[in-house]
Amino acid sequence: MNLIKELENEQVAKLGKNIPSFKAGDTVKVMYKIVEDKGRERLQAYEGVCIARHNDGLNSTIVVRKISFGEGVERIFPIYSPNVASIEVVRRGKVRRSKLYYLRKLFGKAARIAEDKETQE
Amino acid sequence: MRSGVIAEKVGMMSLFQENGTQIPVTVLKIDSTVVDVRTMERDGYVAVQLGHGKAKTKNVAKPQLGHFAKAKVEPKKTLVEFRVSEDCVLPVGAELSATHFVVGQKVDVTGVSIGKGYAGVMKKYHFGGDNATHGVSRTHRAGGSTGQREWPGKVFKNVKMPGQMGNKQVTVQNLEVVSIDEARNLVMVKGSVPGFDSSIVTIKDSVKISKQPTLPVPAGLKATAVETSAETEVKE
Repeated sequence: MNLIKELENEQVAKLGKNIPSFKAGDTVKVMYKIVEDKGRERLQAYEGVCIARHNDGLNSTIVVRKISFGEGVERIFPIYSPNVASIEVVRRGKVRRSKLYYLRKLFGKAARIAEDKETQE
Repeated sequence: MRSGVIAEKVGMMSLFQENGTQIPVTVLKIDSTVVDVRTMERDGYVAVQLGHGKAKTKNVAKPQLGHFAKAKVEPKKTLVEFRVSEDCVLPVGAELSATHFVVGQKVDVTGVSIGKGYAGVMKKYHFGGDNATHGVSRTHRAGGSTGQREWPGKVFKNVKMPGQMGNKQVTVQNLEVVSIDEARNLVMVKGSVPGFDSSIVTIKDSVKISKQPTLPVPAGLKATAVETSAETEVKE
């Protein structure tokens, strides 16, 4: 195997993260570590629809989109980052694409995603 | 002054620090064996000659084969000399390992940059070029003026002009050693290093940093190599 990939896999194993299985269309809740002044740490929840998942070992990221005060917000989380404390699947969505960039053009009722009741964890 | 080492650039990756920051690192694989030593009495200067890689015997000229036979090492693909101080001379046949470097120390890495061929001034020196429109005819990427008029009547030296870009020796100074892997002889340095993946680079202690952590003197050698060299000394 490619040595760089091997080293990255070791890093992934070392970080020892337990990431639930989810895909684009699922609603996820990401707990993100925030360092406040005076060095205090707290967790901030960010809940939204995962619209893209980029699987690349240590460099894997997810794009989470939500509507915040009427404005669309997207955040990219490196899922193996120590700052991502946990990822929780809130709702499974039924979609036919792996990248849901079309949601950016839609709002309101059109931007809903049907719930996938069959997929189990 | 300690010897440097020859290494192969494996590639780049990123590492997560405990505080969550992600840092870019270049992975370098060390493979260096002492092939020859230059002495003050014989050569007028002190240096070690290190070899890297493995050359096919049929591709090595007989005089060079004799040179390797004298050192009792396999023929090497690359040979590089490193100037060292008297106390850092290494025994012939010794193999340097990743323990030669210490996490936190600074190193200078020298390599041959990726060749870009004969490049224009826009690519090579980031000149602005000419307008795309407004009556500009046939010159869109030219360098413009190269000087003045009858006086000085010449183009000064070092004026930036098109020409070969890259494929020349480049040294990046003061890269931090982030981690070492003794088993696989890997060193990770923070930041980028000249050359393409699998190209040969040399790593030396930084010349500009005086405050380094305690470094192994004369060198960090492979454990087995040290033992075997000690045995041969005993036999002699």
